[in-house]
Amino acid sequence: MELRSLIRTVLADHGRLSVDAQTLSGSADLHEAGLSSHATVAVMVAIEDALDIVFPDRMLNRRTFESIDALQSSIESLVVTA
Amino acid sequence: MLAFLDLSPVGEHLVALAHKIGAEVSRPNATDVDRAGRFPTESIAALREDRLLSSFLPPNLGGDGATMTDIVAACYVLGQYCSSTAMVYAMHQIQIACLVHHGLDSETLQAHMELIARDQRLLASATTETGTGGDVRSSVCAVTVADGCFSLRKETPVISYGDYADDILVTARRTIDAPAADQIIVLVRRTDAELVPTTDWDALGMRGTCSRGYILTASGPADHVLREPYADISSRTMLPVSHLVWTALWSGIATDAVQQIRANLRKQARKSAGVPPTAPDVAMLHADLELVRSAVAATAQLYERVRSDPAAATTPSMTLRMNALKVSVSLALPRIVTDALRLGGINAYRNDSDQSLGRHLRDLHSAVLMVHNERILANNGSLLCITKDDA
Repeated sequence: MELRSLIRTVLADHGRLSVDAQTLSGSADLHEAGLSSHATVAVMVAIEDALDIVFPDRMLNRRTFESIDALQSSIESLVVTA
Repeated sequence: MLAFLDLSPVGEHLVALAHKIGAEVSRPNATDVDRAGRFPTESIAALREDRLLSSFLPPNLGGDGATMTDIVAACYVLGQYCSSTAMVYAMHQIQIACLVHHGLDSETLQAHMELIARDQRLLASATTETGTGGDVRSSVCAVTVADGCFSLRKETPVISYGDYADDILVTARRTIDAPAADQIIVLVRRTDAELVPTTDWDALGMRGTCSRGYILTASGPADHVLREPYADISSRTMLPVSHLVWTALWSGIATDAVQQIRANLRKQARKSAGVPPTAPDVAMLHADLELVRSAVAATAQLYERVRSDPAAATTPSMTLRMNALKVSVSLALPRIVTDALRLGGINAYRNDSDQSLGRHLRDLHSAVLMVHNERILANNGSLLCITKDDA
């Protein structure tokens, strides 16, 4: 699955957003869309599992999960360096 | 505990003043504050008189530029004399820290901080809300901004010393459409608010904090809404500072109880001209307390090093540590004071003796539920699902 659609699917399944993750713009604020800290954990674990990657602790902050774009670039930086 | 803390010269002075006020004003009134469940009026007046409500504000705004370590030390000292006084002081300092860390980018808030210093205004907070199940990181109420004014209405099960506060920091959703976790914090002046009490405060302990429930309705200048999201204010300042000042003052309460037992031991040693058989038990009591105090002090020093750096202050391992400290200390101290009660015998058990430890024990039982340990452990539990570092 393409990375962006994987992120959207994970957000739809685990993000408990108040809007549709499939149509949300890449730059939209996920916290404003209702992503709670608890749901962030679920989203992260699902992405780690799907891509077999590990988010280092330095990435565990609100900025990493600020938007679909931010999340995608964080993941890409991990995949490239892996 | 003070031996572990790197105090600034301001902090040394602060500690001396806290001891003076504690001994001369807080302790003589502590029993009456507890019995009557009344606000520690005399102690707060004394703190105002000696300008202890503005220590943490920067000098250019009329404060003393105290460090957070200095404030933690003062909480520890005040806790040894009157828990309610120490808790009011500590909660005030949490709000001040939020303004200092997150309000200096606003001229309006800077001007208000000058007023706080000049008039020694007392700050309270309204974070808990009816309908959120005790989750301070979600709000039902929302702030609305129109024509340069904010307005909000919040049903809160508890605002500590709400009847006595000059300003209240209130959390709310950012807009009427915002999700529960998208919160901001508003500085509400008492004169901008109407507080309708919904409950009184007749509790097991911390009786002088007068933590009544209210319906709060407020409107005021829109620039009294802090710009940073509450999520950031909470993780960098409100959560760590709360846990530090609380654990420090709780340690102060337990220290006073253990001092009582140590005084008894010295008396017995003189009477029997030797080491009384209870000495090893007192030594264990002291050791248990020492572990707690050194943990509080070490965590305070750690926070002081990172608090100016938002990224370093909000790492998952910092949050884990701050939460772990609160949970561990809140469980350990009631046990320690229960041991002290046992060693103190009938005089410690009596309410009408000068060695009574009943108030200490009752006050310390509030520790597990000031942000309930179950919720804190649930948060740390989810953090432990994703964090790896353990340096």
